[in-house]
Amino acid sequence: MNSSRRYFLKVASLSTFALAAGAAGTKAAGAEYEAYPEGLKAKRWAMVIDTRRFQNPESMRPIIEACHKAHNVPTIPGPKEVKWIWDDTFEHAFADDPSPLLPRGIEERRFFLMCNHCTNPSCVRVCPAGATYTTQGGLVAIDYHRCVGCRFCMAACPYGSRSFNFQDPRPFIKELNAAYPTRMRGVVEKCTFCAERLEKGLMPACVEASNGAILFGDLNDPDSVVRQALARNFSIRRKPSLGTDPGVYYII
Amino acid sequence: MLEKVLKGSPKYYLWLLFLLAVIGYAFIVYVFQLIYGLQLTGLTRNTSWGFYIAQFTYLVGVAAAAVMLVLPATFHHYHPYHRVIVFAEFLAIGAVIMCMLFIVVDMGQPQRVLNVILHPTPNSVMFWDCTVLCGYLLLNAVIGWTSLEHESRHVPVPGWVKVLVVISIFWAFSIHTVTAFLYAGLPGRHYWLSAIMAARFLASAFCAGPSLLLLGLLLLKRLTGFDPGKAVVKSLSITIAYAMGLNMFFYVLELFTAFYSGIPGHAHPIVFIFQGHEGLSVWVNGWMWTAVALAFISIFLLAIPKFRNNLKILPWALVMLIIASWIDKGLGLLIGGFAPTPYETYEVYTPTFWEVSVGLGIFAVGALVISILWKIALEMKREGGEPFALPE
Repeated sequence: MNSSRRYFLKVASLSTFALAAGAAGTKAAGAEYEAYPEGLKAKRWAMVIDTRRFQNPESMRPIIEACHKAHNVPTIPGPKEVKWIWDDTFEHAFADDPSPLLPRGIEERRFFLMCNHCTNPSCVRVCPAGATYTTQGGLVAIDYHRCVGCRFCMAACPYGSRSFNFQDPRPFIKELNAAYPTRMRGVVEKCTFCAERLEKGLMPACVEASNGAILFGDLNDPDSVVRQALARNFSIRRKPSLGTDPGVYYII
Repeated sequence: MLEKVLKGSPKYYLWLLFLLAVIGYAFIVYVFQLIYGLQLTGLTRNTSWGFYIAQFTYLVGVAAAAVMLVLPATFHHYHPYHRVIVFAEFLAIGAVIMCMLFIVVDMGQPQRVLNVILHPTPNSVMFWDCTVLCGYLLLNAVIGWTSLEHESRHVPVPGWVKVLVVISIFWAFSIHTVTAFLYAGLPGRHYWLSAIMAARFLASAFCAGPSLLLLGLLLLKRLTGFDPGKAVVKSLSITIAYAMGLNMFFYVLELFTAFYSGIPGHAHPIVFIFQGHEGLSVWVNGWMWTAVALAFISIFLLAIPKFRNNLKILPWALVMLIIASWIDKGLGLLIGGFAPTPYETYEVYTPTFWEVSVGLGIFAVGALVISILWKIALEMKREGGEPFALPE
């Protein structure tokens, strides 16, 4: 009799505790969790590059350096190179017209090339492992730990934005930035629009290094800097006819 | 059944030993590729697929070709094929295994290959390609094995196998269609972005695959005395002739659209693989013209019954056809697909010695699998009392 009463009390108190804990648990799970409350938010991140302000490759070097240094991008010579942002001529950047007759200012101008963070990214569509995906704000990201290295995304990208680590990239990193991960051989990498900086409320590294020549903001917000710049200036995008809806705009 | 593998002539053992040696060598090279990464290949940032993926593509076609025997035998009750169908199915098994190996050696992180199954992505054609290839392997293994077992014991093949056979017919078409979709749905790759890609793939598969099978069967007759039968040789070579005709016709369709429309993007890759670019000559140019020449000679020999039915000429026509279709799919397809680069520049991809070594190893694995399976099939047929020699 005694033992059974004790047993009853034990079970009752334990169940009360369990119920209370359960209720608390449900409440916690139901609460809105916000990742990086200090981070910058946008419906659709976009970049506007004022190409008039980059007349020679020297003016672009510090920006490329800033990006590659921040992200531990290796400097590998030759055609197996890895690059996130680089510069090229109008003919190569906007390769639709095989023999354009360009004004001198544009013929000599260099243009930044990088991932376009497309609204309809063909790389995301083809990835067989879900390693490339679209995140908040329309960023196209890569999970380096899930990437199987099949390079289907490289074949699918019409902009040549992606690099493959044909070898261990670590020996080719000039100055290691301990705050950002390095990659291993056998995975694909590319520009991330500095997702890791946006989370901390910072602008992308190239934008910060550009002295206002590269703008970054929410394309869906009519008051954003990018929308204002696009409203005032004529801009083009790379290969718009392919329907990828690239997120990098070039003011000519 | 497996014990049949162990009993054979010294020649048979020597052959297996030779294949094992090639596999061993290639495996060592592959270990180095694992350690040092794909830098051992000739692939680059702009030509990110090459020899491996091209061989994979070609071999999917070889695997799909079994349907050229299974379909007439099932839907049209064409009985002569029943004698050799199991060889086609076993050839398909070898081909699919080679396909899978070529995919794995092309991966930067092969140990993560299961991610394709663990994180299924129905939007990716690669996911579907894996699914249909695994399915096709399973179908052929089950169908080939059970029908062989039943035939050798002179009992009728069970009904559920017949259902699988019908499924496998549609499945065969699907594997090569899906492989074509890997390419034909990519924006900005002009050589691949063509609606006729899947049809062209199937046509080239249905001439090259049966050619390989027919050559194998003729070789088998010489080595073991197992006669596939006149009817089989005759009908199969007619199938090959028609499929090759279609294959070449489809290529001409590509040429018309590319050059009559005058749209540079469509023409550039074709000009590149046949002529190079502005003085940049490319090693593949000579290969492409060789393929054209061999294709025309082989279709000439196959289309005219007098030559086609001559067993002294037929094997040569088949060899020429296989080489021509292999150059088209195993070299031109990938090199043309990545030319020009997304920046309208041109670069020349050349597979390295190591890349080709690993490839040869995989072909040796395929040859080993097929040799062993064909050996089992032959011995089972012998045991079942099926006559090897046929009346003239």
